[in-house]
Amino acid sequence: MNNPQQLRYSKEHEWLSAAENGVSTVGITEHAANALGDVVFVQLPEVGATVAAGETCGELESTKSVSDLYSPVSGEVTEVNEDVVDDPSLVNSAPFEGGWLFKVRVAEEPGDLLSAAEYTEFSGS
Amino acid sequence: MSSTEPTELRHTALDALHRSLGATMTDFAGWDMPLRYGSERDEHLAVRTKAGLFDLSHMGEITVTGAQAAALLNFALVGNIASVGVGRARYTMICRADGGILDDLIVYRLAETEYMVVANASNAQVVLDALTERAAGFDAEVRDDRDAYALIAVQGPESPGILKSLTDADLDGLKYYAGLPGTVAGVPALIARTGYTGEDGFELFVKPEHAVELWQALTKAGEGAGLAPCGLSCRDTLRLEAGMPLYGHELSTALTPFDAGLGRVVKFEKEGDFVGREALTEAAAEAEQNPPRILVGLIAEGRRVPRAGYAVVAGGEVIGEVTSGAPSPTLGKPIAMAYVDAAHAAPGTEGVGVDIRGSHEPYEVVALPFYKRRK
Repeated sequence: MNNPQQLRYSKEHEWLSAAENGVSTVGITEHAANALGDVVFVQLPEVGATVAAGETCGELESTKSVSDLYSPVSGEVTEVNEDVVDDPSLVNSAPFEGGWLFKVRVAEEPGDLLSAAEYTEFSGS
Repeated sequence: MSSTEPTELRHTALDALHRSLGATMTDFAGWDMPLRYGSERDEHLAVRTKAGLFDLSHMGEITVTGAQAAALLNFALVGNIASVGVGRARYTMICRADGGILDDLIVYRLAETEYMVVANASNAQVVLDALTERAAGFDAEVRDDRDAYALIAVQGPESPGILKSLTDADLDGLKYYAGLPGTVAGVPALIARTGYTGEDGFELFVKPEHAVELWQALTKAGEGAGLAPCGLSCRDTLRLEAGMPLYGHELSTALTPFDAGLGRVVKFEKEGDFVGREALTEAAAEAEQNPPRILVGLIAEGRRVPRAGYAVVAGGEVIGEVTSGAPSPTLGKPIAMAYVDAAHAAPGTEGVGVDIRGSHEPYEVVALPFYKRRK
């Protein structure tokens, strides 16, 4: 699988973009999207909400199950992807692009985020 | 539940083929089965609008033969199996003496003195053991044929056309819940017009060594018709939309057929005693006078999906429990089957919701099924 080089990854299968003006984009990986199957509903944190690294901040429903969404970093949510709320299948079709979930002004990041190569090894794909 | 599950997963004759198709596999009752090949939603819609191809080789086949085969099955099962004509099939159940459901079954009468009982994979051993025990004193043999068959299903409106191109068997004369021996793509098969999807379709019982050849022939024949390989994930949403029960969800040993709203499968009028008769007679009366919880359909007003085990609520009280739930590809909304108290079971009952992880989401009570195909 193709985990983009420029992103970093959490062990909960979220990805995090490099910060631009202190703001990073968060989504779930293709590996996670494939494991979930067709995503039919996403509940995202609200703009302005504070999220904490490794804590749940939303949920993803697929045909077979519901999964918690974890934030890979701590900070304030600045934007959520309304397109993915309207059309959750974007998580499956474009997990690293149009299926992004929210943007966060990073206050603190944990020390254990993975590189693309490390995540590929961790997830086995 | 079961402590008899093998630690090593079993593989069907089509295992390598599923992997070459990129299937996501899952442990289902000890079998490594395809969950989906791509999008389960697309697979679901293929079955509703065109056709889908399923490997169901995990299902448990048990053959019952002998001069008293019919008498044995009439004693062991709740249905009137002796009245099933040769070449026909019957949906039925096997119950305990206390009326609890051990499994739901399809029984095919292959010949005057030969039946094939098809059990759920998770219950096949239980059914085999019960039939074997109940056969004592009957001139009949119960044979474990689980390894003798692979089972491939073709389901969906295009399935008759696809199958016709591969067989000389009289498919037009083959009614729903009928089965006849024939040849499909040069392979000997029991061709049954049965399924678990709510669509027209066929189930083909063949020798495992013929499974790959048959699957490939069906795939080729279905190319122009939109036939898609389909996994167990869409099989579950298809049967849920069709209001069909699944053992372990809507059916269990804690419930009688009457509790499950399927009392019609119990044939008290048949000759002779049968296992569970006494308890089921009481259960039938109870269901009429003082109905226990009733199995209903629920349709979400929102988008959060109810799952098995979630509480059904009304006025802050728990009034039932979800047994199966999923996003319905056909309705475009989450749906569920649930047992609810009789007072809240009427279609259109106001104020019913499902407790979805602490939040009471509004749901509409409807009669089952959610989906009925146009004939």
